[in-house]
Amino acid sequence: MTNKTAPKLGLILLMAPLLIWLFALILLPHVDMFMLSITEKVAPRVYETGLGNYGEFFAEPLYWNTYARTAIMSILTTIVTLVIAFPVSYYIAKMLRGRMKAVLFVLCLLPFWVSELVRTFGWMILLRETGIISTFLQWAGLADQPIEMLYTDATIVVGLVYTSMLFMVVPLVTTLESLDDSYIEAGYDLGGNGFTVMREIVIPHAMPGIVSGCIVVFMLSLGNYLTPILLGGKDSLWFTEQIYAQFITRFNWEQGAAFGFLLLILSSLIVWGGLKLSRQTLSETMG
Amino acid sequence: MLKSKVKLITGLLVGASVFATANIAGAETLRLLTWGGYAPKEVVALFKKETGIDVKVTKSNNEEMIAKLRATGGSGFDLAQPSQDRIAGAQFEHEIYKPMDLSKIKADRFIRSMLEGTKKNTTVDGKVYGVPHVWGTSGLVLDTQKAASVKDYTDLCAAGVAGKVSYRLKRPTLIGFAFSMGMDPFAAYNDKAKYAEIMSKVEKKLIECKGNVKSYWTGGDALMNLVRSGEVTAAMAWDTGGWKLNKEMANVTFVAPKSGALGWIDTFALPAKTKAEDAAYKWINFVMQPKIAAMITAAAGNFTASKGADEFAAADLKKRFQSSFPAADIDNIKWYPPVPAGLEDIEGKVLDRVKASKSN
Repeated sequence: MTNKTAPKLGLILLMAPLLIWLFALILLPHVDMFMLSITEKVAPRVYETGLGNYGEFFAEPLYWNTYARTAIMSILTTIVTLVIAFPVSYYIAKMLRGRMKAVLFVLCLLPFWVSELVRTFGWMILLRETGIISTFLQWAGLADQPIEMLYTDATIVVGLVYTSMLFMVVPLVTTLESLDDSYIEAGYDLGGNGFTVMREIVIPHAMPGIVSGCIVVFMLSLGNYLTPILLGGKDSLWFTEQIYAQFITRFNWEQGAAFGFLLLILSSLIVWGGLKLSRQTLSETMG
Repeated sequence: MLKSKVKLITGLLVGASVFATANIAGAETLRLLTWGGYAPKEVVALFKKETGIDVKVTKSNNEEMIAKLRATGGSGFDLAQPSQDRIAGAQFEHEIYKPMDLSKIKADRFIRSMLEGTKKNTTVDGKVYGVPHVWGTSGLVLDTQKAASVKDYTDLCAAGVAGKVSYRLKRPTLIGFAFSMGMDPFAAYNDKAKYAEIMSKVEKKLIECKGNVKSYWTGGDALMNLVRSGEVTAAMAWDTGGWKLNKEMANVTFVAPKSGALGWIDTFALPAKTKAEDAAYKWINFVMQPKIAAMITAAAGNFTASKGADEFAAADLKKRFQSSFPAADIDNIKWYPPVPAGLEDIEGKVLDRVKASKSN
């Protein structure tokens, strides 16, 4: 009897912090948010239960436009990040040995020693009309007047790619390092060229790393608030901004909660779709 | 299972209450929710010397103040400083404030007309919720050489200043443009349909105007940088921003627009669950002394509702004020009346649509 209960108690105690964490900090707030999101504000002090807040989202083109825009730009960011990060990771994992490897890895890490806000302001100093790049171009005679590079969609993507680069490089380096060099040599021995070896051996092996990197980068971009606001300027429309606006400046928590849930559903759907497309499972990529 | 849950919850509660009492047992503190510059360090130090009370300052803005107090049902702070027009609506809808005990306030330290006006505007169900502290206006900050053509808000949409304009996407902009287009939004405050009509006209104007805008500024510092660098020559902003820039750049200053600057008064209001009410009253009476009020004016750049503080205000600030506000312009200031609950929903959608529209 005692023998049976003792390990059980131990297990419960060990699990307790995790369970309390999950329940109190993740599940409970979400339940609360959901209840809030199905409460409609009819008039001041008058509330009704219903799906009106979700209906509002579909009735107003502005909201789902922003929603689609955010999703598309996040996917674009993910692709650009992957295209830039893959050669970098391949170089770090396969071409370099010893000290240089560590140095390059630390170089990737370095920008993350300062906060996101500082990094974003760094970009603003570089790109603004009276900023460093514009001034340099004029000095070099390549431009005859100040160039404004801030406040465009491209700037947002640049900022997001920069912010999320590390989260793509780390999983890629890890999976690429686990690839035995002899496979690559064998590929060449069997008559493959650089392209076929990459397609048939390296990429299939790195697939779990690619997918997990993409998931993390996509989620970070979709949920980012600072970068799109600061770099996007007057045309920046990011869904998180809508949520913030509903909660803070419109005092409409009910609408904000509904938007929060829609964002959660959207990101889950896109990640699920990505996994299906790449024929990976979540446990494989995260394991 | 149920039993263990109950145990868990009691455990959490005991822990929380120990935490709470530990907080009370410390030295008396006043948790002040306010704006930048309204509680300068020297004033806080003087207050501590006189009363032994520590002041913990949290800087915020109107929207955040309401959101913070709403999230906690009015606890977490002992004294807040929302603008007078934003109290009645928030109180009616969320009940986040506590009525003021006017007998504890030394009324003779206030400019009478301002005190009476604020009391009237912050009254809900016969109870007064706010007394005035700092007041100022918003209008135009201009580079008087490069943007001399701008006399009113609508002039910001003229071709002469294309790409050199900045304003906020917030309610003051909507109100300012409405006045400048010859309408009176304040008169329509109690007629939702009419107000929505005015706002849809403003929306159209702001969408047309979007091409002229360099960026919608979100914080005072961002705007200052835009003007300093010369990227923006005409902006809609607070008077103090213009005067601060005037110290550095003689050409730039605050100009009251032809249709009238918009006047605001920031108040003192007690959050519903304030824990240091006495300290709050002490602070109010303390900072309304003319000399202390002048120190706050020096830090914030705006004048206070304290009677006699003008005497102690710095001469250069007075001069800037007088050059921005000839007597006729002072009479033309449009003071914000209290915002009825519900109007912000209309404004919110207008602002969203302006933001979403394509600029050309």
